[in-house]
Amino acid sequence: MNGAQDLGGMHGFGKVHPEPNEPVVHAEWERRAFALTLAMAMPGEWNIDMSRYARENRPPAEYLAMSYYQVWFAALETMLKERALVTDDEIVAGHALHPPKPVARTLSPSDVAQVLYRGAPTEREIKSAAKFKASDRVRAKTINPVTHTRLPRYVRGHVGAIERVIGCHVFPDSNALGAGENPQWLYTVRFDGRELWGGDADPSVVVSVDAWEPYLEPA
Amino acid sequence: MSGHDHNHHHDHDHSELSETQLRVRALETVLTEKGYVDPAALDLLIETYEKKVGPRNGARVVAKAWADPAYRARLFKDATPAITELGYAGRQGEHIVALEDTPSLHHMVVCTLCSCYPWPVLGLPPVWYKSAPYRSRAVSDPRGVLADFGVSLPAETKIRVWDSTAEIRYLVIPMRPPGTEGWSEDKLSELVTRDSMIGTGLPKRPQDIAP
Repeated sequence: MNGAQDLGGMHGFGKVHPEPNEPVVHAEWERRAFALTLAMAMPGEWNIDMSRYARENRPPAEYLAMSYYQVWFAALETMLKERALVTDDEIVAGHALHPPKPVARTLSPSDVAQVLYRGAPTEREIKSAAKFKASDRVRAKTINPVTHTRLPRYVRGHVGAIERVIGCHVFPDSNALGAGENPQWLYTVRFDGRELWGGDADPSVVVSVDAWEPYLEPA
Repeated sequence: MSGHDHNHHHDHDHSELSETQLRVRALETVLTEKGYVDPAALDLLIETYEKKVGPRNGARVVAKAWADPAYRARLFKDATPAITELGYAGRQGEHIVALEDTPSLHHMVVCTLCSCYPWPVLGLPPVWYKSAPYRSRAVSDPRGVLADFGVSLPAETKIRVWDSTAEIRYLVIPMRPPGTEGWSEDKLSELVTRDSMIGTGLPKRPQDIAP
């Protein structure tokens, strides 16, 4: 979706402000919001692409006014409510008011280390030949899906070159819709800075994105 | 986003609970009462990323790459198993690529679409990494962003920006500072800053650390 999350190339946000000796978190609620988000991935009621869509799918002014953990927490509430795991009256009451909906599994303390160490690899078995090879010229398609996509606006319509054929990976555009993992070839595609930003841009800059095959066409 | 940063410092003052704070607390209570989360598991998740997993992990990887040519070769061939050798693996680091800085090439990593970051080697991202100023400008004006960090590179140095749009996570291996010949991996790792592994900073020099 063309939401506020797709920030590459926007102007007006000002300088980056690194915080010296920044703590990992800035408030107790951030700790809990972070941990709740991770723990609630365990039941398998949603996947990471659904989470990202829930985070970005809000009015741009609202997204930009929120801190990042506020975005995470708002998405968690949204997904819990959409799946009827939690209801609005429970959030207002601050207590469970209805029987829990059965879930496949929950995260127990004894599993935390192993679950984190294992992670969730997205590489899948190769079932077709890759359409592109290293150094092929490709154009990022002009697409504007209202649903989740990982092709940023700033590369759409522009010509680059395949730098690396990464492998077959879960396709977020499908996975976010609950339409299955639909693995697709994934490539690192490099673009000259001037191709993306025009002739006045810094000629020493090259930018790459990782793009799935359905995002690309021969150029 | 960053406009709210100044509020964070007041959150330790429990006399005034923010709306967000109350909502998070309420939701945790509901989820706990329904049996969806175990507060002890939440505590462990927090402890892991606040106390155990952080940029010191990445610094060990970089120091080893500087000191051990065979390890360096393995790291650039396939970083994920090379990093797992040191015990770092898992969530948000399932597929890692190591990027080699050279005198003519400087790498910088961003996630313009969200906050993708290699957790097992760098921990959780700093606020600026997730902020609109960084995400908007890293791809269009990387030299300007470097200036915000006080870093100036020679005009002839190429800048390569990696936008983490998939599940591949990127770790910059900065150049080994001169004057560190014969240093142990432990000592070398003290020179490796978090920002030098994102590409918004450079490693410390020998004179920057206490002898």
